[in-house]
Amino acid sequence: MDTIESVLEFYRERSDQVLELTWNHVELSLLALGFATLIFVPLGVIFSRMTRGGSGWVGAIASIRVIPSLALVFLFYPVFGFGYEPALVALTVLAGPPLILNTYAGMRQVDASILEAARGVGMNPAQVFFKVHLPLALPVIVAGMRSASVEIFASATLASFIGVKTLGQYIITGISLLDTTYLLAGGLLIVALVLGAEAILGAVERLVRPPVA
Amino acid sequence: MSDRNGETAAGSAIRLDHVVKRYPGAERAAVDDVTLAVEPGEFIVLLGPSGCGKTTLLKMINRIHEPTGGSIHIDDIEIHDLPASALRRRIGYVIQQTGLFPHIRVEDNVATVPSLLKWDKSRIRRRVRELLELVGLPPDQYARRYPMQLSGGEQQRVGLARALAAEPTTMLMDEPFGALDAITRTRLQSELRRIHRQLGQTILFVTHDIDEAVRLADRIVVLREGRVVQFASPLEIVTAPADSFVADLVGADDVLRRMSLIPVASAAQGGLTGRSSDLEEISGSAFLRDAIGQMVETGADRLAVVDEDGRPVSELSLDDIHDAVGEHEPAADPTVSAGDQ
Amino acid sequence: MDLRYLRENTDVIWEKTLEHLSLSLTALAIALPLALVLGILATRVRWLTTPVVSLVGVLYTIPSFAFMAFLIPTFGIGRQPALIILVTYAQVFLVRNVVAGLQSVDVSTLEAARGLGMNEFQLFRRVWLPLASPVIVAGIRTAFLAIIAIATLTGYINAGGLGEVMFAGINRAYPSQVLAGVIAVTALALAMDLVMRVLEQFTPVARARRAAS
Ligand SMILES: Nc1ncnc2c1ncn2[C@@H]1O[C@H](COP(=O)(O)OP(=O)(O)OP(=O)(O)O)[C@@H](O)[C@H]1O
Ligand SMILES: [Mg+2]
Repeated sequence: MDTIESVLEFYRERSDQVLELTWNHVELSLLALGFATLIFVPLGVIFSRMTRGGSGWVGAIASIRVIPSLALVFLFYPVFGFGYEPALVALTVLAGPPLILNTYAGMRQVDASILEAARGVGMNPAQVFFKVHLPLALPVIVAGMRSASVEIFASATLASFIGVKTLGQYIITGISLLDTTYLLAGGLLIVALVLGAEAILGAVERLVRPPVA
Repeated sequence: MSDRNGETAAGSAIRLDHVVKRYPGAERAAVDDVTLAVEPGEFIVLLGPSGCGKTTLLKMINRIHEPTGGSIHIDDIEIHDLPASALRRRIGYVIQQTGLFPHIRVEDNVATVPSLLKWDKSRIRRRVRELLELVGLPPDQYARRYPMQLSGGEQQRVGLARALAAEPTTMLMDEPFGALDAITRTRLQSELRRIHRQLGQTILFVTHDIDEAVRLADRIVVLREGRVVQFASPLEIVTAPADSFVADLVGADDVLRRMSLIPVASAAQGGLTGRSSDLEEISGSAFLRDAIGQMVETGADRLAVVDEDGRPVSELSLDDIHDAVGEHEPAADPTVSAGDQ
Repeated sequence: MDLRYLRENTDVIWEKTLEHLSLSLTALAIALPLALVLGILATRVRWLTTPVVSLVGVLYTIPSFAFMAFLIPTFGIGRQPALIILVTYAQVFLVRNVVAGLQSVDVSTLEAARGLGMNEFQLFRRVWLPLASPVIVAGIRTAFLAIIAIATLTGYINAGGLGEVMFAGINRAYPSQVLAGVIAVTALALAMDLVMRVLEQFTPVARARRAAS
């Protein structure tokens, strides 16, 4: 087919630029995923251990989901101006809901009798947490990271609107020029990245899942 | 049947001729050449181990499953001569999972078929109250509730009321009490018996509980691997099982089981005497096990057998019990016993 | 935060908000009947179930901006193409939940309904659809929020709405205007989320659950 030909041609001719944009896309996404994990997983753990009010906080953070992602990306532009920072902050915030929901649920879902048994065999609170509670919650937390990474890799596209050269750039150019090759070249790579991220974290998820359950 | 107090027949005659059901890809037929004739108003229990085809047989009668061979007639109408939905509106259907509609109130659940039949509003309302009374759920208390607000037993009652709504002449019941605790189950069994006596529909009732079968049935159909192995009164099934499969199924060799299955009325051989009114009384529909218990408790060796209205009809002695339980041949003559009650 | 634009152009923002809402509602109004038909077909016609469900699953992982990129070559830009994009993307959430909702209904309940003599149409209207409605309505909420979010993006292809306000602000490097668009679209999304959550309370199943609790 002609279009496929031309897209492949596009990748071949501009391989340097394609690689650069792809790398920017991946780097921005991974940074955001890293920050988000460092912020929201501990928060989720803390909320899960609160005797009251925890679920309220989780619900509040989860409601970020309702905000259109483009609005989030633009939200930090008035604060930071064009560039990397507003994009990074926006993507980090965007990952909040899936991470916090899954961390909270993962921690809460661990059977109380198992934790009791762990204390019963003489573990101290830190040991119970790191050796029993967290490992048992991990598969659910990693599942949250998977959803978060899908969100991030998808929305990193939008960072191109505020001057970060991610793969969204090709779509923006494609729309301005009404050029099918640009549109498809950008769109296909973005889909590939999202599927790749999902597959990798899906594999991690299977890895950390205990043999039974 | 003799215990229907002279009402006009409200039950259908059901005839199955060489009915076969083979599920696609199945090795053997789930129902294999079943021929049965059910009299109007009879309470028939289908009994047999899991997978023997009870449910399949039942569901062919209201065409939830289509037979792959043979024919089924209800009151001389072949069931395929009617549209399926018209057929089903004339047949009450009660299942173990109740199948109540969780999103509508009890009254609307019960009103389902009347409203499908486009009865007018006030007639439906009256009918719903009547039915809830009939199944022992005071309408003022229950009509406005949702199914989720009922216990399992109450849900089954609503399911029964819903099935009875348009005065069906046939009722199909698939282990309706299977999920209930023993006490609730026994209570619902006797209420079902009462309702059957009152309304007189033909009932086909599936169970794999022999006690339930004996308590309810006029006649029992014992199924094995899709075939009928015996079709007889409960007493005959217990005292004269057709083969060792039936004997095992009903525990016919077990004296205690036999005692708990043989009704007092059928074992009592003593006629009424002058002393009858002085004796301890036992209901004719109680079982010999109850009689033994009562004898041991009171130290009596004779009991006065009374009918449902409390009138003495015969006397039961220890020897009678011994005779009834000891015999293995069909000596407890079914023709005598069936009419005895 | 600079709210000057919002204060000085309240009427513009209000007008754009209504335009955004009307585009979104139009899309939903077209998408919903279509999804019901597709979902019902996918449930009832055995051989359709797997292909439809997997197609919807694949579409689900495609980021909305990439999805736009794929449709623009065929449909072009402007309000009409935007509507097509919104309707198509909404199918993902709607069909998914219509199928899941219909499949979630207990088979013994359906069998009882048939056993009582309901024909297929009555069964559907009186039992199947009402019992599936909580899941379907939840899908409508998700779809509506997704539509509102993507209708922001379609501002970039001249389809009007609040996205247009934001992109205009970006082009003029005027943060206050961008912020005005962000605030308006966030408010719109939150309001519609609330409306849909209230509507969810009116499904017969929700009413029955409330009565029982
Ligand atoms: N829809 C179906 N498709 C294929 N085979 C079926 C279907 N329903 C039942 N069967 C098979 O037909 C046979 C009879 O099943 P049926 O449900 O009638 O048994 P049953 O006597 O009601 O058992 P139970 O007491 O466990 O309810 C079984 O071997 C069963 O596996
Ligand atoms: Mg069965």
